[in-house]
Amino acid sequence: MKHLLSTENLSAADAIRILDTAEEMAAVGDREVKKLPALRGRTVVNLFFEDSTRTRISFEAAAKRLSADVINFAAKGSSVSKGESLKDTAQTLAAMGADAVVIRHWASGAPHRLAATDWIDAAVINAGDGTHEHPTQALLDAFTMRRHWSKLHGSASTGADLTGMRVAIAGDVLHSRVARSNVWLLRTLGAEVTLVAPPTLLPIGVEHWPCKVSYNLDETLEAGVDAMMMLRVQGERMNASFFPSTREYSRRWGFDDARLHALDELGLKDTIIMHPGPMNRGLEISSAAADSPRSTVLAQVRNGVSVRMAALYLLLSGDSREAAPMPGTARSAKESN
Amino acid sequence: MTETATGTATGTYLIRGAAILGGDAEDLLIRDGVIAERGTGLSAEGATVIEAAGLVALPGMVDIHTHLREPGREDAETVETGTRAAALGGYTAVHAMANSNPVADTAGVVEQVHSLGRASGWVDVRPVGAVTVGLAGEQLAELGAMADSRAQVRVFSDDGICVHDPVLMRRALEYVKAFDGVVAQHAQEPRLTAGAQMNEGTVSAVLGLAGWPAVAEESIIARDVLLAQHVGSRLHVCHVSTAGSVEIVRWAKERGINVTAEVTPHHLLLTDELVRSYDPVYKVNPPLRTDADVQALRAGLADGTIDVVGTDHAPHPSEHKECEWAQAAMGMTGLETALSVVQETMIETGLMTWADFARVTSTVPAAIGRVADQGRPLEAGEPANVILVDTAARWTVDPHKMATMGRNSPFAGKELPGAVVATFFKGHPTVLDGKLNTPYRYAADPAAAGSSK
Repeated sequence: MKHLLSTENLSAADAIRILDTAEEMAAVGDREVKKLPALRGRTVVNLFFEDSTRTRISFEAAAKRLSADVINFAAKGSSVSKGESLKDTAQTLAAMGADAVVIRHWASGAPHRLAATDWIDAAVINAGDGTHEHPTQALLDAFTMRRHWSKLHGSASTGADLTGMRVAIAGDVLHSRVARSNVWLLRTLGAEVTLVAPPTLLPIGVEHWPCKVSYNLDETLEAGVDAMMMLRVQGERMNASFFPSTREYSRRWGFDDARLHALDELGLKDTIIMHPGPMNRGLEISSAAADSPRSTVLAQVRNGVSVRMAALYLLLSGDSREAAPMPGTARSAKESN
Repeated sequence: MTETATGTATGTYLIRGAAILGGDAEDLLIRDGVIAERGTGLSAEGATVIEAAGLVALPGMVDIHTHLREPGREDAETVETGTRAAALGGYTAVHAMANSNPVADTAGVVEQVHSLGRASGWVDVRPVGAVTVGLAGEQLAELGAMADSRAQVRVFSDDGICVHDPVLMRRALEYVKAFDGVVAQHAQEPRLTAGAQMNEGTVSAVLGLAGWPAVAEESIIARDVLLAQHVGSRLHVCHVSTAGSVEIVRWAKERGINVTAEVTPHHLLLTDELVRSYDPVYKVNPPLRTDADVQALRAGLADGTIDVVGTDHAPHPSEHKECEWAQAAMGMTGLETALSVVQETMIETGLMTWADFARVTSTVPAAIGRVADQGRPLEAGEPANVILVDTAARWTVDPHKMATMGRNSPFAGKELPGAVVATFFKGHPTVLDGKLNTPYRYAADPAAAGSSK
């Protein structure tokens, strides 16, 4: 792996290697001194063309825990007319000696452009591009699910995949990079995915995706779900007639209190509720659901740092063919989140 | 364009042994701008002999759809560079689209473009007039003034933008009947394509790029053929890109509606799978579609549903392509690859003959544009707009070796068949041995007084 651009072409072996490495990284976070010297002297640039404080600080924390130098470059609002081009920005970062570029961009495919052109030679990590992909989010989601799934089966996380796990992802799939990255990665890891959304918020062509599609959240829950992932829905979508009103959306596709209770009634006692954040409480998820013991929202945030440490480590620490030993983390973490 | 043989630089050329329209080998004697004789064993006396054994002779190609960018975007292309590219590609006439800056929506601008074309002398430049003032889709431009101008505009188009207001489209179709004009529609329903980046389908779903659905093209074509029928006028559909559009045009022709349709070389060969690279060289409007669309377009061109090949040659400066996909300009160059792509997709597949090629690249586009002295048969007495093609040649596309200023060829690196060896424009060789020769020089003419560069 030279870059981490999408999960679509990520092999199962690479995915599991990232997750396993993240387990080891998580152990660092549990220590008093949360720092490894692995990337000392390496420069990681967080190049953000779109605001995302949580993703940026997660990458920043990850890089710093690996002792890398971190440069935050907020290029928000940049356009050809009023700002520097992506090419010029990339060449500037190359001239400054960036080893890795973590890029968040409003344009789908921008990380691919950085990786495919000769503008910059650094490792490129996609931190979310337009409505395309957000691979580290999917990896941290998978990491969270794998810990849960392994614990349920009384086995170790390390080396495991998600075979047999039933995952439902509900919300604005059309505009969601999180949904895309999750569908590909969960397929690769052996999970069974069902997308639940109003027909207007599913892309034309979704029928070719490796998942089931449903318009009915209640039926999906009744069929049995081990992880229920809610996607953020922007209220403004109703102005473009994607749905009639936020209330109707919430009633039909939101994870409200009634559906939270339904999990109990259906005997789904181990089903977790996930959300990539930031949440619209009362729209796609009720406060009771977000704050329930089933919710993994904060665990996802915590795991995000571990997964991003793993990605940075594997891309920057030379030989990425096989898991390199990490100084100071000889023992793998068995602790669950 | 009625003048022939008024130029100063025409000589006498004997093209010896060319396969006329791919048929039997014959000689063509070109003298004073016309084909003086056609036959075998013609005398070479006083003539420059061009040995054409193994080459195919075709009428000079006529592009119904070219963007020359001048005036306004001379950093992208000029009339001079664009027409050099045209001559090298086998063209003897191009229709220059109206979306320049200023827009070609007045007699003044179309006469300027016309004059620049005559000053360059590589091909016949036929300006296209805008349908609406400033391409704004609100008010008809002075179509009659453009028709009556020295440019004698017959093709009107807001290409790049759809004349989407149905009343305005109706009026434009009606009005151009007064001077035998045609409205060339860029069929794109604007509300269905707001922010659209690529064909809407399985690939756009994965790439997360906003979709340009086929229905946005097809619904406008369906409306326009009905409008053309209702008002009894002539409609030309630019760059048809979907299988559904082919079906609608086929249906309209069966009903006797006076509609013609065009397909670009790139839509005959490339699909939206290429967008997976996110390389904006593949960004174009209408977008690259699916393989099923490509096959339907080829079948439509072969059976005459689609009348012509138009390049939609759209050069852009490199900075408009070296960026994020969503930021990039739409368009591809095409003048210097059109012949080869059509040979590859239509002739080498057995779908068409070279005679068919002449029909779709010369005869019919000239007829649509009412260009009297182009697209003529290769017979004695006809204007000598002739090209010679080495159909056995194979070459690898290198945009940096092209005459166009645009480097945005989607065929870069691809090996293609067929090479233009010579182009005769008004009896003068603008291209010889596959290289630019010299431009045709018009006789003293006030329109040619200004120099382009």
